[in-house]
Amino acid sequence: MIAERWLNAALYLALLAVPLAAWALDEPFVITLATKIAILAIAGVGLNLALGLGGLVSLGHAAFFGIGGYAMGILASHAQSYTPLMQSPFLIEGTKSMPVIWLVAIVVSAAAALVIGALSLRTTGVYFIMVTLAFGQMLFFFAISWPAYGGEDGLSIYVRNGFPGLNTLDPIQFFAIAFVILSLVLILVSRLSRSAFGLALDGARQNVARAETVGINPFRVRLVAFTISGAITGLAGALFADLNRFVSPSMFSWQTSGEIMIFVILGGVARLYGPLAGAMLFILLEHFLGGISEFWHIYLGLVLLGVVLFARGGLIGTLSRAAAPHD
Amino acid sequence: MTEPVLALTGISRSFGALRANDDISLTLRAGEIHALIGPNGAGKSTLIQQIAGALKPDRGRITFLGRDITGLSTASRARLGLARTFQISALAMEHTVLQNAVLGALGYSGRVFRFFRPVMDDPALVEPARAALARTGLADLAHQRTGALSHGQRRQLEVAIALTLEPRAFLMDEPMAGMGADGSRMLTDFLRTLSRDAPILLVEHDMDAVFALADRISVLDYGRVIATGSVDEIRAHPEVRRAYLGGEGVG
Ligand SMILES: Nc1ncnc2c1ncn2[C@@H]1O[C@H](COP(=O)(O)OP(=O)(O)O)[C@@H](O)[C@H]1O
Ligand SMILES: [Mg+2]
Repeated sequence: MIAERWLNAALYLALLAVPLAAWALDEPFVITLATKIAILAIAGVGLNLALGLGGLVSLGHAAFFGIGGYAMGILASHAQSYTPLMQSPFLIEGTKSMPVIWLVAIVVSAAAALVIGALSLRTTGVYFIMVTLAFGQMLFFFAISWPAYGGEDGLSIYVRNGFPGLNTLDPIQFFAIAFVILSLVLILVSRLSRSAFGLALDGARQNVARAETVGINPFRVRLVAFTISGAITGLAGALFADLNRFVSPSMFSWQTSGEIMIFVILGGVARLYGPLAGAMLFILLEHFLGGISEFWHIYLGLVLLGVVLFARGGLIGTLSRAAAPHD
Repeated sequence: MTEPVLALTGISRSFGALRANDDISLTLRAGEIHALIGPNGAGKSTLIQQIAGALKPDRGRITFLGRDITGLSTASRARLGLARTFQISALAMEHTVLQNAVLGALGYSGRVFRFFRPVMDDPALVEPARAALARTGLADLAHQRTGALSHGQRRQLEVAIALTLEPRAFLMDEPMAGMGADGSRMLTDFLRTLSRDAPILLVEHDMDAVFALADRISVLDYGRVIATGSVDEIRAHPEVRRAYLGGEGVG
């Protein structure tokens, strides 16, 4: 496991070093790619808490990613048009403040995850996958048919939202925000997974009868995990929207859920840094293969198939095993 | 006579047309080992599952420590100190042996929703877990991956986890299964010691162990209790000999 720690450190430092070098060389596009990786990694770390530690194969995490995105889009669009969200019973104004937007994104996506989790965690296995997928699709169609916020066309935000003391329009400063949040989320999930809660969640995944027999209520533990997981992915959605200065219903699409899951599987299910490795590989493939062929998803599919068939621990599992033959 | 620790009254459970348990009443008294025997398919595991809360009875009532627990979840029953071991080991195979025992102590403590403190550094959980491993002879294997344990060691770990629940009663479904002669003999001695902690409702096929350990024996056949009594009474019981002990010439 020492090898895995070094590998994690290498990935983490690479994510920091590449945009710093790009900044020095004045290559803002590379910084933006790194920012995208950091944000998508946050979404993946969120899903991995449910999927890896909890064994909850959610194909509906786009719901939370999209809610986070629309939290940003709605608040910022009201702020840029100087119209309040609502006036009665009390006044709610839009905002261009990132911390406020993040807080709203976290709270609303956590609430949604609590409701969706409470309904879908009554099922298991394939049914759970289908029910979470269905909830994601419901929100997708809701977003499409909601004309107040752009409907199918989505919402454009003209100026990136602000963070006190920073110039968020400067790519390296916005990268710094995403990188710090990713770091905090990694610390949070690392602590969670070693806590009493993490042991109970992991135990219930490995053997639910065992967990019940020692007095643990698996439904409650899973519901809390699903809620935290949704909140993290929602925060990533708000950041992603700010990166693009644009939100659209595609954030809610099942393809988005699938992509977040791909980061996790590519990088290594239940590995803390797996989603970071997966998001890196995904974005690099998208960038380089996408330049060669429009059908780069086919190659992605092949890579994914290879990981599922031959490298169950994903990138992290395979590389750290190769470096440490004695496990 | 004091109230029994565990009492079943009129428990019935069917699977479709099959009456797996038919109007079963029995008690587990303080300090005793009560063995439940019967041929394969008699309904022993079905009964254990209903006592543990994994299966709902169609009819009947279960009281534990004077409390009606018929409607309680498995988890709530466990937190009352009803400690079950499985016929087929049910363990978190990716966890270490110690983590499995700590999971037991954690579940029993009921304080699952603590998110930041590393659980394996919490002496309130790790100490009882280590004590349970020491009692079952697993102290040296604490950091072994559970999936790497032998069959017998897994059975020991089942018992160790049960011990972390500060048990008020044990439910054990065939703890000797697959243990081999030496293992069974050791476990027989161990269960006798364990019964000083809490009474044991013991499902077991190993008749040497049953006759050596049991204070009382109940015989199940086609889902019904056909006899309850002391070892000698059961050995002599004509219906039991016919239904279960067969022509094997017991005694
Ligand atoms: N979940 C189930 N569904 C259908 N039949 C079952 C189920 N569990 C047990 N049975 C049947 O109930 C009867 C009693 O089974 P069981 O309690 O496992 O017996 P024992 O433990 O005494 O060998 C058997 O005929 C078994 O096939
Ligand atoms: Mg059985």
